[in-house]
Order: sequence, then C-alpha cells, then structure tokens
Amino acid sequence: MSTKETIEFRKQVVEEVLEVYPEKAKKNRRQHIAVKDSECAGCAVKSNAKTVPGIMTARGCAYAGAKGVVWGPVKDVVHISHGPVGCGYYSWGNRRNLAEGEIGVDNFVPFLFTSDFQESDIIYGGDKKLEKIIDEVVGLFPNAKGVSVLSECPVGLIGDDIESVARRMSEKIELPVIPVRCEGFRGISQSLGHHIANDAIRDHLLGKGPAREIGKYDIGIIGDYNIGGDAWASKKILEEMGLKVVNIWTGDSTLEMLQNGHLVKLNLIHCFRSMNYIAKHMEETYGTPWIEFNFFGPTKIKESILKIAAQFDDYIMEKALKVIEKYTVPMQKVIDIYRPRLEGKSVMLYVGGLRPRHIVGAYEDLGMEVIGTGYEFAHNEDYEKTIPALKEGTLIYDDVTALELEEFVKKLKPDLVGSGIKEKYVFEKMGLPFRQMHSWDYSGPYHGYQGFPIFARDMDMAINSPTWKSIKAPWSK
Amino acid sequence: MRQIAIYGKGGIGKSTTTQNTVVALAEMGRKITIVGCDPKADSTRLIMHTKAQATVMDLARERGTVEDLELDEVLMQGFLGVKCAESGGPEPGVGCAGRGVITAINFLEENGAYTEDTDYVFYDVLGDVVCGGFAMPIRENKAKEIYIVASGEMMAMYAANNISRGILKYATTGTVRLGGLICNSRQTDKELELMEALAKKINTQLIHFIPRDNEVQRAELRKMTVIEYNRTHKQADEYRKLAQKIENNKMMTIPTPISMEELEELLMEYGIMEM
Repeated sequence: MSTKETIEFRKQVVEEVLEVYPEKAKKNRRQHIAVKDSECAGCAVKSNAKTVPGIMTARGCAYAGAKGVVWGPVKDVVHISHGPVGCGYYSWGNRRNLAEGEIGVDNFVPFLFTSDFQESDIIYGGDKKLEKIIDEVVGLFPNAKGVSVLSECPVGLIGDDIESVARRMSEKIELPVIPVRCEGFRGISQSLGHHIANDAIRDHLLGKGPAREIGKYDIGIIGDYNIGGDAWASKKILEEMGLKVVNIWTGDSTLEMLQNGHLVKLNLIHCFRSMNYIAKHMEETYGTPWIEFNFFGPTKIKESILKIAAQFDDYIMEKALKVIEKYTVPMQKVIDIYRPRLEGKSVMLYVGGLRPRHIVGAYEDLGMEVIGTGYEFAHNEDYEKTIPALKEGTLIYDDVTALELEEFVKKLKPDLVGSGIKEKYVFEKMGLPFRQMHSWDYSGPYHGYQGFPIFARDMDMAINSPTWKSIKAPWSK
Repeated sequence: MRQIAIYGKGGIGKSTTTQNTVVALAEMGRKITIVGCDPKADSTRLIMHTKAQATVMDLARERGTVEDLELDEVLMQGFLGVKCAESGGPEPGVGCAGRGVITAINFLEENGAYTEDTDYVFYDVLGDVVCGGFAMPIRENKAKEIYIVASGEMMAMYAANNISRGILKYATTGTVRLGGLICNSRQTDKELELMEALAKKINTQLIHFIPRDNEVQRAELRKMTVIEYNRTHKQADEYRKLAQKIENNKMMTIPTPISMEELEELLMEYGIMEM
C-alpha cells in the first residue's frame, strides 16, 4: 500500500471501529483518535479529558499517580497508604522501581505500609490511628528519613485532617511528614496524582534540605523511576560524559535528593508528564534550567548526549564525543544481530505519559516501524511533541478503550503490541507477540547504551519466538 | 410492624416529641423500639432516665468491631417496656457520622432487634438529611412512614421542605411516604394557619398541633416524659392525641416540595415576612 492508501485505510478502520458506539460516545471518541496525514502534521488529538462512562479504560487514579509513580520509589521514606488495605496492597511492588540499600534499614521500596482502615476508622476518623502508625514507623525503622501519607478515597470523603497530623507528628519525630492529598476520585486519570505529588514535594521538601555547594558539572535526572534499573543506565552515560548526577527523582532516590533538587546546574527531564510541574517550579523559583532528553536507542541517545553536552563546556563536549565514539561499534553490533531479524516489523504501542513517543526511535534503530501509538493520560503538549516523531499513516489514539485497541490491532495486524499487564494476555491469546512497556515485562533496563541490547533482545524474543508458529490467530489464514 | 422515622430541623424538639409520643403509644399497650440516629445520643434519655445510654458505635469502638457486640448490650428496656438503642458516633468535626448510623442500623437488624411482637420502630434522626447515612432509615425495607417536626419559624419550615425533598427521592424509588407534619409550637404568629398551609402545599397534613407548655421542660429536667412525670397534665393528653392520630393515620403521601420562592410567598401571605 502507498502511504496515501495506508492513510485512507486506517481512517476507514477508525470509522468502522467507532461504529458500535452510540452517537454521543462516537462523537466524543472520534476526537481522541487521529491518523497522521500531511495536513495534520502539527495537529493533536483531544486528550486529558474525562473517560466516557461505560467504556473500558486502562487509566489509573490520582493515588496511582502520586503513590505508584512519584512517591513510591523514594527509598528512605516510609510511604503510608492511608485508608483501606486494597489500594496499597494491589499497588504493592508492581512498578519495578529498583533501589539500592539494605531492605528495611535504608530502603523501604519493597515494603507496603497501610493504615488498613476498618469501619470504626471511617466513623470516628483515622487521624489518631495515623499518629500511632507514624510513631510505630520511627520506632521500627529508626533510619527512615521521613514519612509520606498518601490518602486514599475515604480519607477525603470523611474529611480527616492529615495535614495537621503531619505537622504535629513532624515536630514530634523531628522528621518530615508529608501529607499527599491524592484521593483517587480526584481528577480524571493518574495525571492529577502526579501534579499533587509534585506539589507536595514543593510544599514540604524542596529547598528545605542541608545547604550544599553546586559543583560545575552537577546535574539531576527528573522523572526517571528506575524501572528495571533504567536510571542507573542513564546515569552511567552522564557520568562517562564527566557530569555528576547528584539527584534522581525519584528512582533510587533519597529524601535529601528531593530537598536539593534545585541545587544543580541543569535538570534533565525524562518523564515530562509526571514531573514537568516541579521542573518548571525549580526554574521559576531557583533559576534551575531544565531540558528534555531521550536515552532510548543509539540514535536518540546520540542526539541527547550532544544536546546535553552543549549546555556545558568544551571539556564535557569532548568527553561526550568520546562516549558516542566508544559505543558506536558495540551498538552497531547489536543492530547487526537484531536488525535483520526485525527489519520491517510493525509495532503498536499504548503506554503511559512518555514512552508512546520516546521509544519510537529505538524501534526505528532496529528497522521496525511504529504504526499506532497512544497515551493513557497525556495532555495536549505531549501529543504535540509526539506527532512530529511519527510517520504519516500512524494511528494515534488517546485513552484508547479496550474494544478500540483490540479492533485496531485486528485490522492493522502489527507484528508486536507493546502495552501493559491489562492488555498483555488479551493479545497473547490472540496469538500476537506482546511486550509490557510499563514494566519492561520483568526485564530491563531499556535506557541508555546498557539498555539497548536488552531492548533489542527482548523484542526479537517476543516477535521471533517459535511459539507463534504453533498458534494461528483466529483471523489469519 | 410499622417503622417510622422522625425528621426535623435541629433543636425543634424531635427527640422530646418522639419519646413523649412513644410513651403514649406504650400506654395504649403497643410494643415499641426507639433507635436514636444521632451521634449526640440523646434520643432515649427520657425513657431510660439516664444522660445517655451505651451506644452501638461507642461499644464497637471499644471492642474494635461491631461484630463483637451483643444485642442486649445496646438494646435497653426503659419506661413501660419501651426498647431503646442509640447508634452513637464520632464527636463533632471528625469521621463520618452517617456511616455510623448505617453500621448501627444494620447491626440492630442483623441481630434481631426488631422482634415479631414489635408494633412500632421509631427512628429519631439528626437534623437534616445531610448525606446518605441520615437517609438510611428511609431506604428500602426500613421506615415507610415519615413525620416531620416543625414550627412556624421560617428556618424550621425551610428544613421541613428540604427534608421532604429527601423523602421524594426515596419515595420515587421505594415505598417510603410522608405521614404528616407535627407542629411543636413556638407560639409564633398565625402558626397553625401557616403550618396547615405548608402541609397543603407539600401534599401532606398537619397531623397534630402540640401547644407549648413548660410542663415538658419540667419533665425533661427530671429525665422523664410528661406522661411519666405528671400523667394527668393536659400536655400529656396532647401526646396521647398525637399517638392516637399516628395509630390511625391512613394519609401517606409522596411529598411535593416547593421552591424557596414559593416558601417565601407563603410566609409573606401570612404576614410573617415583610416585603
């Protein structure tokens, strides 16, 4: 098919799939879906809007954004899921945020703390219980550097005053106690939870740490949650460039890193969606500049290294060029192995707030083509950044419904689907290769030069697994 | 068994009216249970002669969970064999009193508080239908009859109209009906006429007009109902009349709440409010 035919076909597919909806839902959903064509080069689909009731969305809630994404990876802070047990229990350990340290001593990431609300806590309020828990926390874990209180829905409904408990207990235990008002019913997706979590860092920690001299090559990584060790892979490149990564937010991070996030020469933003708020705040308040970067796949890594080095002096630029040179051959070797096996294969993605665009380059390095992509909770500016990275004919879907994604995949017939745990078995049962692109499917890292060979191997393993030859997708002949 | 819920503006005299009327019904030989649905837990003191009885939620808090309670710890017998329970709940400003009412009522039902020989269950509910918890007594399979205690004061009438809105919601989805307004007189101008007019407007009746009498206060100070304190007093007869009217009441309606403007017009018409 020519590009023009592809565009026409995919536009037709969208209409066919939307046909099942009632008129109002159809009208709404059509605004969230687009096929990139020559006219729509800069246009964006509608996003960050309330999900149509009755359809199946993959979105999470404000608690998921605040606890699961932003706060959870901070390793020397005890995070209390404040409310009934389910929110904490079912979000326990599934983001794969790796952290160094002795578990239970200075690393609490693998733990789950919950106030486990009972009926009487709802009726009489949970403030006293929260105080008791915080007391117990410092007793049991004397090395904890602080406590965060992540409120679940009922805490907001009954009007508990967690702010005053936090203030009082913070004085008593002489450690920061941070109330985070991330009740799940707030907002329309996990996106508001990121914002609330950012605001809590701003109000309770940022600028309140021990003073520190800023070294001339000190930088911070913002919005890398160290999934499968990603942040470490990025840090490796930056340090080889001669830069000093003094803070990571929040993968493998400490409370002090959150307090001192502004004390750097430059902040590098990985996940813009979840942490742009605080990055902008640090720039406005402390004059700390920030830039975005992308360490997925050698092409984007090279571009980003040059972009970052350009912010510093010749010494760094010189080292940066050496880093690029050093990895050119090993990366080419990876490409030589996997590209012939993956050339021309197509992929459809549906992930969170960053990867639907960031990872496109890595697939292209392997000769693969992203033919469909979309975000769960992105805003307009994310789509504006995405569209230019895509080829004409790419199908773009925002907050895609379970039905739409399934039907799009059936009709576009990609060689690989990359999404989350909720989608994984749907497509695998359809006989389609699938990779979880939130958690790296228990693999990783995928970032940096360290991650690319793993990424390439995993995609090859999924697509070229002999398993698929033994199964026939119901629609394929 | 008739289940009746009494609503009305805070301080209007719901608990006093309920207990005096219940005692009058008990005098007629009826078996009655009162369930106080107010964290203040003052719905049964005139019958139990105590400041406040042990409440379901307070005991549940002590024990850790409501499952650990026994019915006879929270369902007490008072004057003339009237059985009394209080839901209880948090002190003002914390937690969720509404959830407390829900939990307590479920506990009483599940543990057989309403025996087969019970003729009446009276729910004495806090001020207004502020949330789902305080609408609990009028949900499915609970109170089917509501009486609103009001007076000729504007805010009491406003509250009565508001409560009838809450009733309307549950009336259209269930079987709850409004049995009438009870006027607990404050001796305001043209009070009887005004209350009758309001009753008509919202499609109900003024079932009884209780005149003001300080004998009620004198009895209350001694933690007693009027019938117990001074059974031959004329005020005791007023409660007996109300009890008789409730016993024989057949007028159960779906209320037609009016707008704020209509309510103001009504007050102007009777000269309570000036232009």
